[in-house]
Amino acid sequence: MRYIAQSLVGLIITLLVVSFVIFLIMEAVPGDPAEIILGMSAAPDTLEALRNQLGLNQPFLVRYADWLIGLLRGDLGDSYTYSTSVAQLIGERLTVTLPLTCLAALLSVLISVPLGVLAAARPNGVVDMFASLFSQIGIAVPNFWIGLLLILGLALTFDWFPVGGFPGWEAGFWPALHALALPSVALAIPQAAVLTRVTRAAVIEITNEDFVRTARAKGATPSHALWRHIVPNAMIPIVTMLGMQISVLIAGAVLVENVFALPGMGTLAYQALAQRDLIVIQNVVLFFAAIVMSINFLVDALYTVLDPRLRVRR
Amino acid sequence: MTSHFRSILTVATTALSLLVVGSAVAAPRTDLVLGMSIEPSGLDPTAAAPVAIGQVVWQNLFEGLVTIDKDGNIEPELAENWDISTDGLTYTFDLRDNVTFQNGKPFNAQTAKYTLDRILAEDSVNPQKSLYKSIESVKALDTDTLVLTLSKPSADLLYWLGFPAAVMIEPSSETTNATDPVGTGPFKFSEWKKGNQVTLVENTNYWGKAPKLEQVVFRFIGDPQAQAAALISGGIDAIPEFTAPELVSQFEKNNAFETVIGTTGMEVIAGMNNARKPFNDVRVRQALMMATDRQAIIDATNAGLGTPIGSHFSPSDAGYEDLTTALPYDPAKAKQLLAEAGYPNGFTFTMKVPNRTYAERASEIMQAYFSMIGVTMKIETSEFPAKWVQDVFKDTNYDMTIIGHAEPLDIGIYARDPYYFNYDNPDFNKAMVDVSNATTEQERVSGYQHAQKILAQDVPALFLYARPKIGIWKQGLNGMWRNGPVPSNDVTDVFWNE
Repeated sequence: MRYIAQSLVGLIITLLVVSFVIFLIMEAVPGDPAEIILGMSAAPDTLEALRNQLGLNQPFLVRYADWLIGLLRGDLGDSYTYSTSVAQLIGERLTVTLPLTCLAALLSVLISVPLGVLAAARPNGVVDMFASLFSQIGIAVPNFWIGLLLILGLALTFDWFPVGGFPGWEAGFWPALHALALPSVALAIPQAAVLTRVTRAAVIEITNEDFVRTARAKGATPSHALWRHIVPNAMIPIVTMLGMQISVLIAGAVLVENVFALPGMGTLAYQALAQRDLIVIQNVVLFFAAIVMSINFLVDALYTVLDPRLRVRR
Repeated sequence: MTSHFRSILTVATTALSLLVVGSAVAAPRTDLVLGMSIEPSGLDPTAAAPVAIGQVVWQNLFEGLVTIDKDGNIEPELAENWDISTDGLTYTFDLRDNVTFQNGKPFNAQTAKYTLDRILAEDSVNPQKSLYKSIESVKALDTDTLVLTLSKPSADLLYWLGFPAAVMIEPSSETTNATDPVGTGPFKFSEWKKGNQVTLVENTNYWGKAPKLEQVVFRFIGDPQAQAAALISGGIDAIPEFTAPELVSQFEKNNAFETVIGTTGMEVIAGMNNARKPFNDVRVRQALMMATDRQAIIDATNAGLGTPIGSHFSPSDAGYEDLTTALPYDPAKAKQLLAEAGYPNGFTFTMKVPNRTYAERASEIMQAYFSMIGVTMKIETSEFPAKWVQDVFKDTNYDMTIIGHAEPLDIGIYARDPYYFNYDNPDFNKAMVDVSNATTEQERVSGYQHAQKILAQDVPALFLYARPKIGIWKQGLNGMWRNGPVPSNDVTDVFWNE
């Protein structure tokens, strides 16, 4: 309990530091939001009027403090370009990105864990060779490219899936899921490739441990040893990798969402950056940072569930 | 006889009802899904510059005193007619009666005055405010007469009044137009799914001719491949400005689509820092122009679609003249000019290239052409818009750059001080004053032609090509604009074949 409380305090302090760093970077990034909103023919006094209206003329620390105080009250401010509340924008976009990344994470585990375990069970066998080929290609090929291939193949040639866009959950569960199918596959494949390797390596390593030999000596069948003793112990590196890969997943979502024209957080971040909608970027980045940190926190907590020995050490 | 008549009647009614059913089956579609590359940032064209805003709401939802039609002509809209005093200083508009905004409030001279005063106000954030600066005062004589008094003549004022930045707004909707726009147009706002689409529906209280479409959806798809895929799969019906010229031939071969290549008001030019050596020497600028094969750039960047230009005017601008022969492609002459200017062995400079495909490709071709006359050009990529606007546009810290200027009739930028070309030519400045002072259409047009000729010789920027408007839509769709004199997706006259 004390450990969790300590971690939470650490989490909050880290987020505070991260928020300051984000704000500092946004300050240093060239490009004046007012100029981008008003375009190239705007007169200097018009620009000045807009800067005043947006509060861009306030000193750095005042703007930073305003943001933090707003965050504490749950007010993320209004987007410069959309003129809508940032909280609402993020909320809308999460209904796309959250299902997309969860689906991709689930898919990658469903592909990689069985594949990795089977590959490790017979090193250099047929499955192992296939797994090795799959992970090499999966790691080498970027996910947006996989997305383009999927569009060409499954959406355009066979017309099995929509080529992009999102009908919204209000259009029904299945149409929405249908629209997310190809993007989540594109997002899942590189991750599944990495996880397959990690799973295979972990399973092989644990197979050579003493306790497995003991179990086998005491009469455990190969499959009993594998599923009862080896796989549960191999879960720690897999879960660690999965946790670390969440940030990769989020970064991948930015590209994949753009390829599939999905209105998610990735497209929001991408657009906001191009338009220097600073207030949107800083909130989105902080949000992503909070997600990644929370997941690392959860992974830490999961260790103690997966491996009782770690509980004693703490 | 009676039974005979009855059977005829039965046959006739059956035939008639079949006809009715048949025509009901063949009833034309009344909805349209239109694809756009860029999502607008807000829906209020009087508050932000991005052209995407006007491309959704201008003419469809918002209307002005006058409008620019598909051929670039000024036409009456909320003003039925107008009178300009002989000194060009007083404009009297006779406004249309019985026009209401989509929120039920009336449109009259007071609201028109409110709209224009708001543009001119000190704290105005209207991106085009400077175009209307010649207006000294706005007066509402009675409910349907509006009088503008100018401080100096401005022959283009009427044209600017037809622009998205000068659409008439309803005062109580002023602060919410960005998210919930209210205008007088034939379509009204229905829904905006951010990141995805904007839906407009027919305004049944419209003062003018009812549109044939009942619903228009503007869908935003940034990636050109994804746009093409959406067209082919039927997800969208039309793309008025397709951004991948290299994919056009694929649609030209496909009978299900109509491909229409028109022109836009966007001139793609390689602007130079005229205050910096060696670009302050006209012979150097001329040499670089003569070293560049415009058609080769069009072929490489736009699959051959686009019109070479010799000055800062596009074929869609009134009074356009083809001046590409003023300084034609002639590398030998270019070398000679360089030698005369004191650079027989060429020189080295850097081009700041915005990270846009057309600009990046063009810069590489130009690099090759310049090397043929001994000039070395280094390419430096600059993130657009933010970094580019800061470095090139604001700080004018650059030698040469390449960019598309989208606004129609924007030749006046060369007379602006300051402007990123750092160009100063009293003759040209005088030509622009003459255009402003013109009292007849003929004077105005010939003024513009004179200005074009000055630039064609003086080349403050290398004039490359006018961007094509590549429209692709399903067969059976009519009334889409071929050319884009104003950046717009005016769908008020669009309909489907029966």
